[in-house]
Amino acid sequence: MFNETVLKTIFGRLSFESFPIHEPILLVTFAGVVVLGLAIVGAITKYKLWGYLWTEWFTSVDHKKIGIMYIILGIIMLLRGFADAVMMRTQQALSFGANEGYLNAHHYDQIFTAHGTIMIFFVAIPLVVGLINYVMPLQIGARDVAFPFLNNFSFWLTVAGALLVMVSLFVGEFSRAGWLNYVPVSNLQNSPDTGPDYYLWALQIAGIGTTLSGINMVVTIIKMRAPGMTMMKLPVFCWTALCSNVLVIAIFPILTAAFTMLMLDRYLGFNFFTNDLGGNPMMYWNLVWIWGHPEVYVLILPIFGVYSEITSTFTGKRLFGYSSMVYATVVITILSFLVWLHHFFTMGSGASVNSFFGIATMVISIPTGAKIFNWLFTMYRGQIRFELPMQWVVAFLLTFVVGGMTGVMLAIPPADFVLHNSLFLVAHFHNVIIGGVVFGLFAGIDYWFPKAFGFKLDPFWGRIHFWGWVIGYWVAWTPMYVAGLMGVTRRLRHLDDATLQPLFVIAAIGVAIIAVGIAAFIIQIVVSIINRDKLRVGDDPWNGRTLEWATSSPPPAYNFAFTPVVHDLDAWHDMKERGSKVPDSGFLPIHMPRNTGTGVILSGLAAVLGFAMVWYIWWLAGLSFVAMIGYGIFHTFNYNRDYHIPAEDVAETERKHALAGA
Amino acid sequence: MSAPHAHTRDHAGGHDGAPPPDGGHGHGSRRGYVMGFLLSAVLTAIPFWLVMSGAIASVQATAIIVVALAFVQIIVHTYFFLHLNPKAEGGWTMLAFIFTVIIIAIVIAGSLWIMFHLNSNMMPMDGMGM
Amino acid sequence: MTTLSPTAEDGAPPVFYQTEADEHDHSAGGTTLGFWIYLMSDALIFATLFATYGVLSTSYAGGPAPSQIFDLKLVALNTAMLLISSITCGMAMIAMEQGQVRSTQLWLAITGLFGAAFIGIELYEFTELIHEGATPMRSGFLSGFFTLVGTHGLHVFSGLIWICVMLVQLGQRGLVMENRRRLMCLSMFWHLLDVVWIGVFTFVYLLGVLR
Repeated sequence: MFNETVLKTIFGRLSFESFPIHEPILLVTFAGVVVLGLAIVGAITKYKLWGYLWTEWFTSVDHKKIGIMYIILGIIMLLRGFADAVMMRTQQALSFGANEGYLNAHHYDQIFTAHGTIMIFFVAIPLVVGLINYVMPLQIGARDVAFPFLNNFSFWLTVAGALLVMVSLFVGEFSRAGWLNYVPVSNLQNSPDTGPDYYLWALQIAGIGTTLSGINMVVTIIKMRAPGMTMMKLPVFCWTALCSNVLVIAIFPILTAAFTMLMLDRYLGFNFFTNDLGGNPMMYWNLVWIWGHPEVYVLILPIFGVYSEITSTFTGKRLFGYSSMVYATVVITILSFLVWLHHFFTMGSGASVNSFFGIATMVISIPTGAKIFNWLFTMYRGQIRFELPMQWVVAFLLTFVVGGMTGVMLAIPPADFVLHNSLFLVAHFHNVIIGGVVFGLFAGIDYWFPKAFGFKLDPFWGRIHFWGWVIGYWVAWTPMYVAGLMGVTRRLRHLDDATLQPLFVIAAIGVAIIAVGIAAFIIQIVVSIINRDKLRVGDDPWNGRTLEWATSSPPPAYNFAFTPVVHDLDAWHDMKERGSKVPDSGFLPIHMPRNTGTGVILSGLAAVLGFAMVWYIWWLAGLSFVAMIGYGIFHTFNYNRDYHIPAEDVAETERKHALAGA
Repeated sequence: MSAPHAHTRDHAGGHDGAPPPDGGHGHGSRRGYVMGFLLSAVLTAIPFWLVMSGAIASVQATAIIVVALAFVQIIVHTYFFLHLNPKAEGGWTMLAFIFTVIIIAIVIAGSLWIMFHLNSNMMPMDGMGM
Repeated sequence: MTTLSPTAEDGAPPVFYQTEADEHDHSAGGTTLGFWIYLMSDALIFATLFATYGVLSTSYAGGPAPSQIFDLKLVALNTAMLLISSITCGMAMIAMEQGQVRSTQLWLAITGLFGAAFIGIELYEFTELIHEGATPMRSGFLSGFFTLVGTHGLHVFSGLIWICVMLVQLGQRGLVMENRRRLMCLSMFWHLLDVVWIGVFTFVYLLGVLR
């Protein structure tokens, strides 16, 4: 028998009991992950791809590659988050009366927490950031973002956070306190397990990544626009990306501070959010929702930009009311800071506070409504091409408006006292997030995929993907609106009233239809890669209007051999109209940042630090922290961070591309 | 937000006449730093003296003066030490600063307002120590 | 750069591509603005801590109140340390402007010493408080106090590490462009900590004692 204290010193609170071998679902999942993981690792090793992946992707500071990696991360995590959704829906469809379903309460609580956390932090954010990363620098005619290394680092920090969440599935457990890790459930006395710690460390690490990425994007848009591109000639997507990232910079520090205080409560026994010795749990709600409400605009604003670009391209018209769109976006950015209390009207701040935030919430729907009309008027009398991206836009308009209106219902404080924490609320935010953000992300992926890879996504599977999501969404969430109005609260594992069961069965069928959509999405990508030669298209397959289509598809590492000069809002459209020609000689050497593995190393250390802190392995935590600081300082001693692509190489790349296009 | 100075020159990294590498963020002169230092020394000394000596009988009046001096001193520091002015970086640092001040005001005032009303409506949570 | 101005109306064909070398590449222009924006986000962390401290500032839970534990003389001394360090930091920047490496290093080192004195006094204050039983675990008020002031202290400490690294890098390479840029950022960081400290000594210490 080993000495207890020695084991405790080495492994903290990690022991054999930490591995959930008594949960058959987790064991099967674990086996699946191991088999799949080994297969992937084996394949990479067999085809000797490690070096390629490391030098060309993992250490890359190219915004295009980082954008693609963000999107891959988002899609992988989408599968995990969706698996949680399927489990919740089947549990709720089964668990009526005497039937307890197949998930115990402990496990079920972790599932709904993980679902929300993953879907917002590791699906929506990476996908949105990925799109911005890929498209925005191209749209403003830049060669990269302002801080290319920081971009790589931000991405890997997000991966480190995602990794910790995934590890919590098999080592220890995840939080049971809801997607915002509410106190007092997540206080030490109520959750002495590792759950909230995994949550906190994963989100702190990923959150720092998101903040850094926000700073990077804002500086890029402000500083690196092509000559002639004034702020009012900035493409709408970049405007929305700017506002979204301004919000990121403003809100993520608040979340970081709130989480830090909860950590101090849990690790050192401080009394910020505890129930005794002067702590105030409601302050936690207050702080996380100051973050939380602007966060939904962080996600939806760039997606509004995506819809704007697509609507304009596929109707062959300039966007209706560009400046009103910009002002609406800016107004939303500011107003989004004045509505957070509507998430806890029922807390008891009283009539005056509730009315202020209720009215502010209704006001914010006005600029959003203005945007809807802008899209409708852009389509009016346009020559609409119902390609895949445009289909998503129409589905979005029809779905999102309903979600917006139920949102205004919830903004009325007396109504909220009835609907708070009901499935009606859950249906509302799934309505706006799926109908708004998710549809828009798919629209964006369908739209810009040919930009990134030079071939279109397969339209047949694309349509199945589309209809699976749209029909599935409505079948799954309409009954939830009904159930919510009838008073069913959220996060229930078991219901006694069997008359409600049909609603939940219908919802489960809806999820099955969405599953068909998700499967079709994966198949679409695979089929498109296999048939890439048939699907190959030119540089400008959709007859685009903004600068990203002014370079080759896929673009060269340096994006533009010659920086474009902008004269009009729809710069590329203007260039095509006036017959601009790219010079075919006189290339100059191009100054580029050098790849670096620092981002991977620092983020890897951050993940180790998080894991060690979760398990109270103090020596490892200290070691990885010191290593992180040390390596970070070491990195600053490297002054040799860039190189020039010789003019001949640029000329060669451009010549090859011209030949291929001819 | 559509500031006219945000075009071509902005791309080239800063406003006219500013030396690289910092794109025109002011440096301040020795005189500026000394001025700022003297001002902030006075602005620090007065509130400390007011509170420590109790020169003004009214606590409320003292508090108002102390807070007012703090705001003045913050402006002194941002102007003389951080060299914040509307021209630096094409106005973007100023814009970022104003935006941040607004958000800080919303976060602090909003939180205090909400939690104060909550405490007076619900049970007196901090009555124990008062 | 006049060739770039987008005036298509004057008869000449519009220029659609920039064919001259662009002297200023991307990495040069953005750092100051980027670092400034980072400082703004850092200020928001402090704003959150201030807000929480404000909400919990009367939650003594039967423990000590500010007037019982704050020693304003010590705080005044500490404030002086930080204030002096801000002007010495300014002197370092002026020396940098004049291209004097030695003098920059000297002023920077002096700044660091005052910063270290600040940290030392703060640590002394904290240990005294903890000895008196005013630990951060004692009440919501004390949790808020220690976290707000401690976070500021941690920032100053990071500034000290940065100064040390900067001294070495100045010794190795002198006032090259990268080092000038870093010094600019360091000085902005240092001065922002002053601004935060104004908030701390006013709202936490002075108003706390008044209450």
